[in-house]
Amino acid sequence: MRRIVRIVSWLYALAVYGFIFLPVVVLVLFSLQSTSFPIPPFTGPSLRWYDVVLSDTRLTSALVNSLLVASISSLAAVTLGFLSAWGFARFVLPGSGLLRGLITLPLTVSYLIIGMGLLVLFNWAGVPKSLLAAGIGHVVINLPLCFAIIYSQMGDHQINIERAARDLGAPEWKVLLLITVPVMAPAIFAGFFLSMTFSWDEFVISFLLTRFDTTLPVEIWNLLRSGLNPKTNAVGSLVFAVSIVLVVLFELTLLRRRKA
Amino acid sequence: MTAANNGRALPRAGRALPWALVTPALGWTLLFFVLPFIAMGLSSLTAHEGSGFTVSNYSQFFTNPSYWQAMVNSLEVTAIVTVVSVLLAYPFAWILAEQVPERWQRLALMLAVLPFWTSYVVRSYSWLLVLAQNGVINRALTGIGVVAEPLQLANTRFATVTGFVHFFVMLLTLTIFANLKQLSPSYRKAAADLGAGPVRTFLHVILPLTLPGIMVGAFLTFVLCIGDYITPQILGGNNELLMPQLVMMQIGRRGDFPLASALSIILMAVVTIAYLACARWLKIERA
Repeated sequence: MRRIVRIVSWLYALAVYGFIFLPVVVLVLFSLQSTSFPIPPFTGPSLRWYDVVLSDTRLTSALVNSLLVASISSLAAVTLGFLSAWGFARFVLPGSGLLRGLITLPLTVSYLIIGMGLLVLFNWAGVPKSLLAAGIGHVVINLPLCFAIIYSQMGDHQINIERAARDLGAPEWKVLLLITVPVMAPAIFAGFFLSMTFSWDEFVISFLLTRFDTTLPVEIWNLLRSGLNPKTNAVGSLVFAVSIVLVVLFELTLLRRRKA
Repeated sequence: MTAANNGRALPRAGRALPWALVTPALGWTLLFFVLPFIAMGLSSLTAHEGSGFTVSNYSQFFTNPSYWQAMVNSLEVTAIVTVVSVLLAYPFAWILAEQVPERWQRLALMLAVLPFWTSYVVRSYSWLLVLAQNGVINRALTGIGVVAEPLQLANTRFATVTGFVHFFVMLLTLTIFANLKQLSPSYRKAAADLGAGPVRTFLHVILPLTLPGIMVGAFLTFVLCIGDYITPQILGGNNELLMPQLVMMQIGRRGDFPLASALSIILMAVVTIAYLACARWLKIERA
């Protein structure tokens, strides 16, 4: 009986792994051939389409735009999230539960609707479509996330350290910068990293709120109009590689922290 | 989230400091989340051309069968995706948590969610490569002679569902795995002591204890799936429209913001109703 369960388990797990990896393997494999269609039979390997992608200024500038929007909007989201989490965790505020609910509310609404709302508002207010507008949208989706992560990590332990610092005469800004921020660093880092990945991958808000200068997902979307295209395979594989490197780095820093 | 109860008004902190800390975040949310929502609500009550308030955008949804059909399609696809994803992910998460040796579990889980890190748009496109007329699956099937003609797999509901299930199996595996690992081993020991075999232990102890976690995951799947534009647009084509595609069509082709706003609000109302219907089960988790 136990043996049968084991064998069936292995087969099932292999099938699911196969399902999960199938599209990614196909994507990467057919990015490595020089023909103009990314379809079987496989002929290759060739780096032709990577050359084409890396010399395409639209794609490379979209990549830079994406990195800019992701890092600046994540910085804003994590700063606003941290300050408000600190305020709510340390002080008694009237209507605190309601206000905290308000900050986390955007988590329950789909990106499409957040983007639509901003589009209508900016259209009325005469704010032009731009990377800045998309960045504002990205702060809206990431602020509640940063707030929730940091707020949930603010426990008694940190309060006592802060109290000790105050007893020793540290002014409020010194407590914040020299005690709270370093102690909360893992949560702050996690919030920032998550915001970066969500913003980096976000499509619909950027699609609605940018026009000429746009982010990488929107530029990849524009490539899709030409159907199956090895260029898309190459961009996709590159994005995948960059993300994997980031995730591994994140894991390593996290593991080192845990060991220390 | 119990930290708030421990915070006391601190001796040297003035009244102004706490508000100075929370106002930027609150202001941002009011200005760029609540206000846009109000703008969208007002916009949905105006006509695309002409002035004055009207409910015609909402009545159009109920009278125009193609709009109504988009909502039906959305609900059907979302229901299928949610059920299939849970059914696929639960045994997988169970195997990772129970059958894989402890020291390999972290690696096995990381591998299982690796494709998560490709871009969302690219992941849907990759499925197009797999399912296309001359794609990998059709080449393999015609190659070994199972079918004579390539199957129409891309630009169908099947393709949309496959793309969605791929994404949500990864998401649900993560949440269900975490859920299974949180169970104390003493439950299993107690069940064994009381004479239950592995099957009965699973059905009467493990499954009920992980049900709240499954409900949360299923709800998350529902919300993310019904609001997604990318997957149906890339994989489903325009053969049958889902609600997000209908919304984007009003903006893209006709610049009809009022109708797009009304459809968005209807979509959000449906999600809210689903939340209220599930709220009873979702609450269990907090206890």
